[in-house]
Amino acid sequence: MANSHQLKRVDFIFRNENDWERVLSNTIKKKPQELINELISSELKGRGGAGFPTGLKWKLTSEAPDGQKYVICNADEGEPGTFKDREILSKVPYKVLTAMAVCGYVAGANQGYIYLRGEYKFLKPELEKAIDEFEYYCKEINLDFKITIFMGSGAYICGEETALMESMEGKRGEPRNKPPFPSQAGYLGKPTVINNVETLVHTFTIFKYGSKKFYDLGVQYSRGTKLFSVSGDTPKPGIYELELGMSLQDFVYEFGDGDTKAVQVGGASGFLVPRKKFKDAAIGFKGKLTGISLPTGGSMMLFNSSRSMFNVLDNYLEFFREESCGQCTPCRVGCQQLLLGIKAVKRGDKPASYLEKLLRLTETMQYTAKCGLGQSVANSFSSIVENFREEMIY
Amino acid sequence: MDPIQTLIKDLANKHGRTKESLLPIMQGVVERESYLSERSMVEIAREMDIPAADVYGTATFYSFLETKPTGKYIIRVCKTITCAMKGKTQVLFAIQEMLKIKMGETTPDKRFTLLETNCLGWCHKAPAMLINDNVYTELTPEKVREILSGYMKQNGINQN
Amino acid sequence: MSKKINLTINGFPVEIETGKTILEAAEKQGIKIPTLCYHKDLCVAGNCRVCVVEVAGQKRLSAACATPCEEGMEILTNSLKVRNSRKHIIELLLTEHNADCTKCYRNGNCELQTLASEYKIMTQDFIELVPLKKYSIDAYSPSIMKDDSKCIRCQRCVRTCAELQGVNALTVAHKGDEMKITTFFEKHMRDVVCTNCGQCVNHCPTGALVEKNYIEEVWEAIADPKKHVVVQTAPAVRVGLGEELGLQAGSRVTGQMVAALKRLGFDSVLDTDFTADLTIMEEGTELLTRLKKALVDKDDSVELPMATSCSPGWIKYIEHMYPEHLGNLSTCKSPQQMFGALVKTYYAKARNLEPDSIVSVSIMPCTAKKFEAFRPEMYDSGYRDVDYVLTTRELAILIKQAGLDFDKLQPVKFDRLMGESSGAAVIFGATGGVMEAALRTAYEIVTGREVPFENLNITPVRGMEGIREATIKIEDPVEDWAFLDGVELKCAVAHGLINAKTVMDEVKSGKADYHFIEFMACPGGCLGGGGQPIPTNPEIRQKRAEAIYAEDGALSIRKSHENPEVLKLYKDFLKKPLGEVSHHLLHTKYTKRERY
Repeated sequence: MANSHQLKRVDFIFRNENDWERVLSNTIKKKPQELINELISSELKGRGGAGFPTGLKWKLTSEAPDGQKYVICNADEGEPGTFKDREILSKVPYKVLTAMAVCGYVAGANQGYIYLRGEYKFLKPELEKAIDEFEYYCKEINLDFKITIFMGSGAYICGEETALMESMEGKRGEPRNKPPFPSQAGYLGKPTVINNVETLVHTFTIFKYGSKKFYDLGVQYSRGTKLFSVSGDTPKPGIYELELGMSLQDFVYEFGDGDTKAVQVGGASGFLVPRKKFKDAAIGFKGKLTGISLPTGGSMMLFNSSRSMFNVLDNYLEFFREESCGQCTPCRVGCQQLLLGIKAVKRGDKPASYLEKLLRLTETMQYTAKCGLGQSVANSFSSIVENFREEMIY
Repeated sequence: MDPIQTLIKDLANKHGRTKESLLPIMQGVVERESYLSERSMVEIAREMDIPAADVYGTATFYSFLETKPTGKYIIRVCKTITCAMKGKTQVLFAIQEMLKIKMGETTPDKRFTLLETNCLGWCHKAPAMLINDNVYTELTPEKVREILSGYMKQNGINQN
Repeated sequence: MSKKINLTINGFPVEIETGKTILEAAEKQGIKIPTLCYHKDLCVAGNCRVCVVEVAGQKRLSAACATPCEEGMEILTNSLKVRNSRKHIIELLLTEHNADCTKCYRNGNCELQTLASEYKIMTQDFIELVPLKKYSIDAYSPSIMKDDSKCIRCQRCVRTCAELQGVNALTVAHKGDEMKITTFFEKHMRDVVCTNCGQCVNHCPTGALVEKNYIEEVWEAIADPKKHVVVQTAPAVRVGLGEELGLQAGSRVTGQMVAALKRLGFDSVLDTDFTADLTIMEEGTELLTRLKKALVDKDDSVELPMATSCSPGWIKYIEHMYPEHLGNLSTCKSPQQMFGALVKTYYAKARNLEPDSIVSVSIMPCTAKKFEAFRPEMYDSGYRDVDYVLTTRELAILIKQAGLDFDKLQPVKFDRLMGESSGAAVIFGATGGVMEAALRTAYEIVTGREVPFENLNITPVRGMEGIREATIKIEDPVEDWAFLDGVELKCAVAHGLINAKTVMDEVKSGKADYHFIEFMACPGGCLGGGGQPIPTNPEIRQKRAEAIYAEDGALSIRKSHENPEVLKLYKDFLKKPLGEVSHHLLHTKYTKRERY
């Protein structure tokens, strides 16, 4: 456990700071390049799930030819087990708005959007009030930046950044071919920075306290803190800001109910880690961490021994079957086959060896699906089927 | 102009008539009418000068844009993993028993429609449901009966 | 701009311009990467995923159709990983697809079937999804049948309907496992804005969208001794039929086609080209009359530009989308319907036949013609003017069923009375052809001289540009048309309804100052029609167009007004263009339809 460490709670994100005005006006006194460097040296990676380096994202858009550009805050939090963005937007909206404006300043965009999932519509009135106040201040300091809320209408796939843009353009939320990436051609074909809500708040922290403070937290390849949405069989469900790099063992020690059988890390599209692998699993981004490092949008769902892993997988697959946009073959048909397939094995209509065929299918889905949804179904499927094979059959 | 036309014209005036306004306009109609009828989709297409098929194709992609008639209150019970683990089924039974409808149905008085939905983002307070835009969490059969009684009372429905 | 980049495909170096996709680079190397959702006429969708290839250094595979080449890429198109993935994808598609191939209209010409055969998908381990789905068949349109159980959701039809045609009758609806291709509110095709153009049929890789066929009905008519079965063949069929029977694209098979039709048992094999020439006489006169009313009589009610009316897909399109402009349409029926009206009157009389004993069949490159024949306006002979419309593809089926060795048939000429045609009629089959034919005649009527183009080839209106314009200045006209002296006749040609839309929007806004516009629903005109052989793509259309113009050049009569049978028709029956009989039999009215 050389690179992981004890669980450390941190309080940056929800720390009550009433100085966003000062943070904003001070930050935009610096040159965009300075701010990009600051972000790059913090090694902040996107907190939505994919983990793309945030500084690089801003840099690419800032380097795109001048003209209309956009900043989008992705608040289409739909991953099962994730609810952190809702909490951020209801508790510290100003940090998000400030970060968006700084991003606009850096990238050369004067229009920001918050794509808010339909399920969180109740947040809209308060958020609009905050935006009014925020824009008023922007005007005062002569910062040309507007923020508009765009409501989603119930589609998990719109959390995928290009699907989100399609949705904003009045279309079906179907992911696009990449390249081009949003930094080249995003919303309405214009260069666009799109960041997750939490990612933006971390940039606020970095701009306020400096990149070193952030970088010093966490471990190599996984710097800083992360919000974890903890749910399932736990005595203390909720949202926790923790330093990255902890071992899953420590996490379960803190949040488990004493009978934790497995933890689903990263939501339905993440991995299921069984008890025997807790001590080898470090929570962070892919990199050269020892043991298993896991992609993380921050969803941590705990399951105790009363839970059937078959039921869990069945639930995930039904979710994916419905929430796939349906355009690409491996995802649309693959999800249906996986769901029907495990049911058939469980019923005895298909032999246990059919699970191997399904595992190979998830590999194909991972290699060939058009976007992250179809690609990542393999994660939960293979980690559950491989670790709880017996439960799939009997 | 009939009320639907007026509503859609007003929404188009507010949000604009470019394609980017399609979702906000459809959401506006759903807010008022609770679903998108064939008629309102035709009017949206006309007002925005886009193909009606596009409106339909886009509307059916989004689970909160109903294209079939619904009740005044749409109950959406979360069925995703944590809610499923924490007693969503019992909650559903309680609702079905109380409203005397099955999943996907609308009460004869057109007040309530019962649907399931995917993760609402309240996993730490599961099970959860939405009634229109309002969230209810940590549901139990008793709690859900109480909530529904509230809605019924508000609408002057006798509970026998 | 055309900077070159270097990469390798399966170890062999390739040099290619920047911006080209992996698919294009492979094609250049002579490597075929399988595709389903890809079509050269359409934008890239990248959704079927059968074209995935391996790029060295990347764990995930890339869709060759949607991935631009990059310097130094090392691409594998046939690695084990690629093969296994591709095979999986084909297997997945087959589980969702009603693979009862022997009972499918597209059996033998289905891209999915071909792929399944190439990859030798011999077993089906995955679970059959077809029985679990509530698939439906829409067979209510007279032109097109839609069978969702055959659909692989490649969206080629949706893109065709939107990008090529601007009709948007089809859309993708729902998501996830319920995602499907449908119409507004999932209505029947006949009840929406569908123009019946059949481009969706022509672009469908499987049997999900096919023409409504009338093969058995025609065989029954032929077998009925009491019936006199007359067949007419449209200009574009003679340059398409060969393809469907295994010949090269662009093969001219006019004489063999006639021979085949005779052997199939048709009592009389006649030519739609004859009424194409007749159309020029009527439509040309109509145009000149409108010009006279507008320029001399200063009659404000005359609607200009005048638009052609030969293409039934275009007619239904304007009826839905621009109903306020129906007055701009020429009142001339299409050549098919002029033919139909004459067969049961003029022809019946000349051959001493009872009209109700005649079965009038037409062979068309078109599916919209099937709808046109059903229109209530098309009974002017007192009977249904055209009884059955077959596509080029259906004719090929008849020929195959009859066991004819098409290649060995000796060319034969059309029967007389309504079988003569000019080169001007042949070029009706290509975009710009009606315009060129009309100009060859109208110019000569007005000036007494041939059009001032070498060999009568009015090249400015030819080609595949979506919208083309031409101006012809009228100088030194004959006395009757003296008022046209110095007038610059402005013409435009549009093919593919998306281009028709552009032109019509200009007409609608008053920006267009054309006198005469030719509109064809299908890209390339009739030679690219919805009833033509599958595949049809830009190269194939080009070859068919070359064949059309070669056919024109080879004919001794090149101008409609010199067609002796047409002249005889006027002398014996119609008396004069736009005369009373013409008015009754050859002209029609249009119907306003809903846009939504």
